[in-house]
Amino acid sequence: MSVKAAAARSAVPAGQAFDAARVRADFPILAREVNGKPLVYLDSAASSQRPLAVLRAVEHYETRLHANVHRGVHSLSQWATAAYEGARETVRRFINARSVREIVFVRGTTEAINLVANSWGRGHLQAGDEILITYLEHHANIVPWQMLCAATGARLVAAPVKPDGELDLESFRAMLSTRTRLVAVAHVSNALGTVLPVQEIVHLAHARGIPVLLDGAQAIAHQAVDVQSLDCDFYAFSGHKVYGPTGIGVLYARESLLAAMPPWQGGGDMILSVSIQQSTYNELPWRFEAGTPNISGAVGLGAALEYLESLGREAVAAHEHALLLLASERLASLPRLKLIGTASDKAAVVSFTMDGVHPHDIGTILDSEGIAIRTGHHCAMPIMEFYGLAATARASFGCYNSAEDVERLLEGLTKVRKLFG
Amino acid sequence: MELKELYRDVILDHNRSPRNFGRLDPADAHSAGHNPLCGDKLNLTLRMQGDRIEDLRFEGQGCAISTASASLMTEAVKGRSLEEIARLYEAVHALLTAPGGAAAPDLGKLMALAGVAEYPARVKCATLCWHTLNAALERAQAPVSTE
Repeated sequence: MSVKAAAARSAVPAGQAFDAARVRADFPILAREVNGKPLVYLDSAASSQRPLAVLRAVEHYETRLHANVHRGVHSLSQWATAAYEGARETVRRFINARSVREIVFVRGTTEAINLVANSWGRGHLQAGDEILITYLEHHANIVPWQMLCAATGARLVAAPVKPDGELDLESFRAMLSTRTRLVAVAHVSNALGTVLPVQEIVHLAHARGIPVLLDGAQAIAHQAVDVQSLDCDFYAFSGHKVYGPTGIGVLYARESLLAAMPPWQGGGDMILSVSIQQSTYNELPWRFEAGTPNISGAVGLGAALEYLESLGREAVAAHEHALLLLASERLASLPRLKLIGTASDKAAVVSFTMDGVHPHDIGTILDSEGIAIRTGHHCAMPIMEFYGLAATARASFGCYNSAEDVERLLEGLTKVRKLFG
Repeated sequence: MELKELYRDVILDHNRSPRNFGRLDPADAHSAGHNPLCGDKLNLTLRMQGDRIEDLRFEGQGCAISTASASLMTEAVKGRSLEEIARLYEAVHALLTAPGGAAAPDLGKLMALAGVAEYPARVKCATLCWHTLNAALERAQAPVSTE
């Protein structure tokens, strides 16, 4: 589907105010009831829901176009290839990469980071080197580096945060050294919603010639991402956090870096020719896509990005920011409720605890009201430890949420307090 | 499923005022349980007299189901023999994992946990204390080290 077609089918005609109810109607799952109540979905930071535009694009691909890509001379294979490579071009445009050669399809953010750790990392790190991350990272931006450090003798170091959940930029600056080989940080923290000062981070790192990887899993759906203006070297994100399917994601890598990186996985599609003793590797980006890829996933991701473009990314960001302000204010008004993470620049994520009630119980009680939130450590145990917490409750918002969802959350939390006293 | 079936008054009471909370020192055995999904942590200490649990305490942090289950368990197993505890564990496990299933009639206050079976995501919260107890009992029976 072209941008134009997507815009024509958009729930929000250009020039009109953002209509969350009409956007909600684009997402079939949100019409269902859960435990006898209309669903209030506040777990988009874990996985967002899919609009009809994505479901239809995937169905169209599966029912009309599917064959293997880059292989057949028959029509289906050519159509499938066009759909797959068309999605790559949509991704390129969406993040404003210079070339599709810089767009590698992967399973998700986790695989993207593992690709960089294995391919770029093993060639660039040795004993005594350092990788600098922050205490805000998701485990996906910690564990691959730990494994790389174990293999190379390098050391993983993490910059601390301030009590409000903002990165301690002074400490970060001080931890950049002649030993630092890579900076790998979240664009947006999944546990707290903190937006990191990535522009400043990239500037500081590049001043020392250090490449920067941004984990964009939590940012991609919620603000405009322009890899050229960010000037980052790697950017990773997942399809299912931006209204696309699971099992598809993207690694953006600056072409000069990617061209010098050895393949990570070997197999079909990543080669030009193979003899028993040696192979000639394919061009970028296919060199990094061994085996038959998730073609329908890529098609769905392309449709998801076009859908988001059709809503207007600024309009979505403004809508979500209004929800963040409303939810923060309303939740803070509840007695014995504490917001965790109150950075000045935040995505629409509200993490909180309630005195005398474990987050897991909050989650179960809200679920009985049809309200889906995340509870636990959010795969970010270091930041939980920083706050001395084993878990928080987390409500996260997407383009389909509304002020009414916030009120339903408030009612649910009032019920929690009533039950637990 | 009504929420009150899960959060029965007995559960809420034992969550608010857990029994046998704390740590025995000295103890014959201790064990630490951890539920990575929700971050629940539970430390159990116990003293044996022959093949019976003479006394036990637990401490840690967890959800209402996890805390109440541990509290109820300590009351249920104190003074019981290993054999009795093994039978009790089987019965509790059946109660927690068989929605709507008939439970053994002699579980007493532990029956308050019957609602958990309807909430698959919460079964692990209720069983954490029992796994921790089993680990502690294994240690209590292990031969004394001569190092």
